[in-house]
Amino acid sequence: MASITMDDLHKVYAGGVQAVTGVSLDIADGEMIVLVGPSGCGKSTLLRMVAGLETITSGTLKIGERVVNRLEPADRDIAMVFQNYALYPHMTVYNNLAYGLKNRRFPKAEIDRRVREAAEMLEIAPFLDRKPRQLSGGQRQRVAMGRALVREPAAFLFDEPLSNLDAKLRVQMRVEIRQLQKRLGTTSLYVTHDQLEALTMADRLVVLNGGVIEQVGTPMDVYRRPASVFVAGFIGSPAMNMIDMDYLRASDAGGAVDHLPKGTDLVGIRPDDLSVGEGGPEALRLKGEVVLVEPAGAESHIYVNLAGSHQPITVRIPGLPDLAEGARVPIHAPREALHPFDRETGRRTDGADPASAGARRARMQGA
Amino acid sequence: MVENNRWGTLFAHLILILGVAIVVFPVYVAIIASTHPPGTFVRGVMPLWPGTHGWENYWTVITEGRSRAGTPPIAGMMWNSFIMAMAITIGKLSISILSAFAIVYFRFPFRIFFFWIIFLTLMLPVEVRIVPTFQVVANLGMLNSFAGLSIPLIASATATFLFRQFFMTVPEELMEAARVDGAGPMKFFKDILLPLSITNIAALFVIMFIYGWNQYLWPLLITTDPNYYTIVMGIQRMVTGGDSEPLWHLVMATVVLAALPPVLVILLMQRLFVKGLTETEK
Repeated sequence: MASITMDDLHKVYAGGVQAVTGVSLDIADGEMIVLVGPSGCGKSTLLRMVAGLETITSGTLKIGERVVNRLEPADRDIAMVFQNYALYPHMTVYNNLAYGLKNRRFPKAEIDRRVREAAEMLEIAPFLDRKPRQLSGGQRQRVAMGRALVREPAAFLFDEPLSNLDAKLRVQMRVEIRQLQKRLGTTSLYVTHDQLEALTMADRLVVLNGGVIEQVGTPMDVYRRPASVFVAGFIGSPAMNMIDMDYLRASDAGGAVDHLPKGTDLVGIRPDDLSVGEGGPEALRLKGEVVLVEPAGAESHIYVNLAGSHQPITVRIPGLPDLAEGARVPIHAPREALHPFDRETGRRTDGADPASAGARRARMQGA
Repeated sequence: MVENNRWGTLFAHLILILGVAIVVFPVYVAIIASTHPPGTFVRGVMPLWPGTHGWENYWTVITEGRSRAGTPPIAGMMWNSFIMAMAITIGKLSISILSAFAIVYFRFPFRIFFFWIIFLTLMLPVEVRIVPTFQVVANLGMLNSFAGLSIPLIASATATFLFRQFFMTVPEELMEAARVDGAGPMKFFKDILLPLSITNIAALFVIMFIYGWNQYLWPLLITTDPNYYTIVMGIQRMVTGGDSEPLWHLVMATVVLAALPPVLVILLMQRLFVKGLTETEK
């Protein structure tokens, strides 16, 4: 077990493409860090740099106290779970688990003990004699986990391990991986593009965009105080509504608008913070026309086109509202729920929060 | 088949039976001819029913050969052919699988250039480069030796190309997983790539073995010592050698025997094929 320290990591591909630009991040021992971002944001590249599968163009990477920049993956004391599992198709499950230990010349008895222990833990003990192709997707996923587990490494690296599973299994495996990681207390780096996975699994969340860190923080910090327009739009489902400041000023949107900091020209409101009805004088008050009501079980999503601008806004309310499509409705949100942004820089205008200071530093170094 | 027409089925079967008959008939004639006494063929009529001298003919071929015409007993030639075919097959397989491994998994300078150089040799079969190759082999003193018989035929662009194509389909994550698991390049090759290519190896083995076994022109050129005659050459010498009429009954017996090893190889390798195929299907 060990901490992982990234200091100003850069990755430039042969063609001059910048995949990772100045990422600095300290991962504490036993922490579960989730790297999240859209495809092409550099999250997988970053993970593969930690694994040693991609060379590091510049910067320093430490696992524990050791600088591992130039070490082979096998010498970094890490284990990796791949997206398509990458199980050895011609080996039995037992040998798949044992292969890494055999290569490291562990004694036979020790290999056997570890393999059986991991198989017990992952409930794949009955399949030890089977070949990977005789297993279901979920079982293969477990074998891939097992292969990482038996190594008892300093860190686990997960590269979108659940993206090949169906939705139900994904939720189940998500819970299991998280429980397992907490129980073992192994430092983990987990890459995903699924923001729900990111929110539920992470101790801390790292939002990447275009090879730079947008924000680092606990899932709830990131959700409650997104540091940039990008994070605000990426984390949370349905996505945060973004309303132009000029529109709010022009449309008599209530007292809340006057309290926004200087330089704000874009205001974000989560669909959960909006409600239908007239708000108080201090609230943000809007009017619009209902375009569609989408019942989603315990809650409903209402799509409203704002009066005057026809910008679509999503409102999330509990239960099923008694609203007809085409109805004109007032909607409101409390003052505290507004996220003020500067359109130019994409950052918040109401001051940095400590969690994202590192991100800002990284951003400046990257620029 | 979508249509289940009775006449259609009949027609299809007729065509297939006709095709099989055309392919099998010469083989049948060869087997029949090998069972007749020497005199039968002088009359100029091919017999279509088995004769009575089968054992006798085969016995002669195996023990004596046709000594007067300079053809040694067949066993030695079969052995020579076998050695040559095996050397060519194993040589081709090991060299091509290693070069494909290098081309696919290593980034060295002029990688693509070397690949195309190998690929270009596809256009130069033995017959085209036979004179320079003979010159080289003669200068190296490899005439009348197994080395001379097999080494010039070992380089194979076809096999290299096929292995390359196969390696490209092996997911890259497998190599990465092996790297994380502490396997170096050769260990990855031995533990993962080789077992995965076993069906390809088996298929190429069959093709290459038959290719080696059937070599005719090259052995004819570089061997003058009967100790290095291959069976295919032996047949040729049996037909043209000596002043008398070709002894067709003995020639045919030799032909039948010469066809056996490739058939055996196919039968044996077929089991490996099927095993490999069913394992991938699961």
